Amino acid sequence: MAERIGKYTLNFTSKPSIVGNAAVVGKKEGEGPLGEEFDKIYTDTTMGECSWEKAESSIQREAIIRALAKADTATSQVDAVIAGDLLNQCIGTTFGLREMNIPFAGVYGACSTMALSLLMGSIMVDGGAVNTCVCATSSHFCSAERQFRYPLEYGGQRPPAAQWTVTGSGAAVLKKSGGTVKVTKGIIGRIQDLGIRDANNMGAAMAPAAASTITDFLKDTGTVPEDYDMILTGDLGSVGSKLLCELMVKESGIDISAVHRDCGVMIFDPENQDVNAGGSGCGCSGAVVCSYIMRRLQQGELKKVLFVGTGALMSPTSSKQGESVPGIAHGVLLSTE
Amino acid sequence: MAVTGKEYEKMAQKAEPPSHMVKNFFMAYLVGGLICTFGELLFTLYSYWGAEEKQARMAVSVTLIFITAFLTGIGVFDKIARFAGAGTIVPITGFANSVASPALEFQSEGRIMGTGVQMFSIAGPVIVYGTAAAVIYGLIVWIFRLY
Repeated sequence: MAERIGKYTLNFTSKPSIVGNAAVVGKKEGEGPLGEEFDKIYTDTTMGECSWEKAESSIQREAIIRALAKADTATSQVDAVIAGDLLNQCIGTTFGLREMNIPFAGVYGACSTMALSLLMGSIMVDGGAVNTCVCATSSHFCSAERQFRYPLEYGGQRPPAAQWTVTGSGAAVLKKSGGTVKVTKGIIGRIQDLGIRDANNMGAAMAPAAASTITDFLKDTGTVPEDYDMILTGDLGSVGSKLLCELMVKESGIDISAVHRDCGVMIFDPENQDVNAGGSGCGCSGAVVCSYIMRRLQQGELKKVLFVGTGALMSPTSSKQGESVPGIAHGVLLSTE
Repeated sequence: MAVTGKEYEKMAQKAEPPSHMVKNFFMAYLVGGLICTFGELLFTLYSYWGAEEKQARMAVSVTLIFITAFLTGIGVFDKIARFAGAGTIVPITGFANSVASPALEFQSEGRIMGTGVQMFSIAGPVIVYGTAAAVIYGLIVWIFRLY
């Protein structure tokens, strides 16, 4: 049963295990530095579907099927799937899962969804509400562009701080025991908004939320950055990552730069892939955590990773109404100890 | 110590990499200039073929719109525009692309609710305020002519 440590952090006493994980991505992500880490790389952006939304649904379904296969678990054995995505009413997820006949709870945390679903799944497994649960998320560059920005063929220039939505999905199967990687702690983030209005600079909008969640977690657990092999943020990109480190030093005197990595910076090659500040989207941290990070943990290269998923909680409507972009960051501690 | 919104705004501005102003200006000048030169060439050609000035100018616009829509359809225009920036946005090519690209994009929602509804989602404001400005301009001209 989860117990509270300090003001915000949760300690999962039974240490829910990740018994299977999978990441599937699109062509561009497959061509990036982590290309060899993913379970499947689609060469066709449409994934053989007739709409971008259906394409996104199919990659999320594929990631879940692959994660379950690796966990040697049938869909009938799954007690709950906790998943979400970026599209309106989370249709990427719901239409992807509708034929799977698994109890489904949708979550929305914008690009922090992978961390949020892992967090909710861990609470449920740790509390005994479910024995087996699947945590998943996805994003697709084309479905996100048409909802949040411009049509694909529109000829505009992207500002330097803009990020590239990752086409990809990550899924993890959680059970009470059995896996090398365990979710030992978690933290539900607080919404932070320092007034960034530029929806093209989401890294800057989300960095304060990441800073607050990491600071709260370190304070609650009485630990320092050096106690972790990696403090991994979701998709702050190069601009947001820089701001996160600066903010933490300024606000609480904590320097995380030595152990900080960011999925948005890791997934693409900034020099040659024309992605400006890096990757973003639910699938960004989903695919990186459910491939590269899990593998390093399973192989023993990493032992303790504080994964903090970051999300920008705006919508096209709020942006048009001149609202600033609130950020959120949820954390889970992935550990092999 | 908590960072205030104003302080953070400054930090964010500093962290943001600068736009490649010189390169963007140069490319806009070059590509925009090339498109206009091409337009002049077309005008000369149409005039040579016997079109009157008004007809020739109209034919130039139609040709540029057609070429843009075609390049948008085969997925090339956005790649040119990424480097050309304002060079392709400012001439009539930008307007044609802003109509053709949503028309293509929203095909998945059907001919009426998709293409029909969304076609002017980007160009719409230009048409609305362009027309409104023309009316106001016309009114001003009309008032001045009264006296």
